Amino acid sequence: MKGSEAVRTAERVARESYGRLVAFLAARTRDVAGAEDALSEAFAAALRMWPADGVPDNPDAWLLTVARRRQTDALRRRQTRSAGEEHLQLMAEEMEGAAGGAAEIPDRRLALMFACAHPAIERGMRAPLILQTILGLTASDIAAAFLIPPATMGQRLVRAKARIREAGISFSVPDKEELATRLDAVLDAVYAAYTKGWNEVGDAAPELADEAIWLGRLLVSLLPDEPEAKGMLALMLYAEARRPARRDRAGAYVPLERQDTGLWDSTMHGLAERLLREASSGGPSGRYQLEAAIQSAHTARRKNVADTWPAIVALYAHLERLTRSPVVTLNRAVALAETEGAEAALILVESLAGDRRMAEYQPWWAARGHLLARLGRRAQALEALSVASGLATDNAVRRYLQEQAATLRDG
Amino acid sequence: MRYMLMLYADEKAGAAIPPEQMAKAMDSLFAYQAALEKVGAFVMTSPLARTHEARTLKMTGGDVGFDGATFSNAAGQLQVHDGPYAETREQFGGFYIIEATHMDEALDWARKCPAAQWGPVEVRALIDGF
Repeated sequence: MKGSEAVRTAERVARESYGRLVAFLAARTRDVAGAEDALSEAFAAALRMWPADGVPDNPDAWLLTVARRRQTDALRRRQTRSAGEEHLQLMAEEMEGAAGGAAEIPDRRLALMFACAHPAIERGMRAPLILQTILGLTASDIAAAFLIPPATMGQRLVRAKARIREAGISFSVPDKEELATRLDAVLDAVYAAYTKGWNEVGDAAPELADEAIWLGRLLVSLLPDEPEAKGMLALMLYAEARRPARRDRAGAYVPLERQDTGLWDSTMHGLAERLLREASSGGPSGRYQLEAAIQSAHTARRKNVADTWPAIVALYAHLERLTRSPVVTLNRAVALAETEGAEAALILVESLAGDRRMAEYQPWWAARGHLLARLGRRAQALEALSVASGLATDNAVRRYLQEQAATLRDG
Repeated sequence: MRYMLMLYADEKAGAAIPPEQMAKAMDSLFAYQAALEKVGAFVMTSPLARTHEARTLKMTGGDVGFDGATFSNAAGQLQVHDGPYAETREQFGGFYIIEATHMDEALDWARKCPAAQWGPVEVRALIDGF
């Protein structure tokens, strides 16, 4: 899809450099869109040239030089003086100053991520904003992943950047007291990008998952003392390690219980385990560490290391107290079926029936259907599985649920 | 807010599908409808008969104008044509009317529609008050 490893590396360096420069400029001017404009042509040139010509020795300096040249050209071409032009000039001077010591450009990407995930920014736009400003992804790439028309995504991104300026959002890393809550928003945005890439199985999807993991690594490197950053990266890596096993050769959905563990990526898995260990030694566990720990327990279970179902139930109970999320309760119920039986699990699943969010939640109907089937309540099981398949977004999952229903009907 | 999901598909390709596969496809559409009903988002649905059975009524000649009370074309003549108004590669073959709070939610439903796997789904808001 993306060609050779060298091409991918060149692209990676270009995105790294681009994000650093955008963050540097935006942190000075609070003008994210202006910073992107200033670098966009140079970035496009880098994406075009570096894979073929090789990565320059000093990528930041290369980008800055090209950006400056393009801007000088643009200034010469334009006759009218406008605020925008002055802004470009200011930007050129900023960059000129920066280019002198390009090697020492301070990394302000963390501050930019905090600005993008600020409470004043609409929640759904935080991940797209980070993907665009830090990684230089285009509005149409992001739109495809978030299933929004490209023009609409473009407008929303423009509005979000304007909001950063209008709301006077500062480009700084919050101090200790505020850090935990503000970091959650950053982690949630990155994780949202990952789940978009995880849920999609199409060709473009693994790339978004890759980008999210890369952002996770960046966060861990910029905030080495934050256990939740490690927890989130570990969680993404556990999921990613299983990617090769979650569809069979014909593209059919394979549930965790039936996955060939030999297909799991052991390098990624090992890294996840290490990150989780490091995170756990860092103090009280947050949401991501708990979720990563649950995935670690599932892995141990599937690899026949131990029966970890009781641990999984306990971890979900802990997570439930922390998040009060019905999705977590549902997951605890599914685990409970393995320790206390389907009857107890079904009671817990049914207790969520009044929650509006569950009525449209495919996994709720699927879990209910499977539990009813285990209890021999066939007609109800069939209905639940049918609704679940009707709610499925993923074609392979829909087919799986339909087959489950068909087996139940005929068997 | 009500939205219409307009399902388009290649009629000829659809006619060539073996009956047992068609039955499976219909099952998936019934499951989709069941999901819409359970959630309270379902308003109505119907497949449409093939386009070769369709007729289009079309005014020919003259000019349409406002006669003080309504729009009319006295000089024109209404004619009936075979088939749909426009010949397209994919034909309008069925629809769902659903209840959704906004376009994004309607699009989420459209995405879940099995018919989105084989043809375009146009999502149109119905204008309230009629």
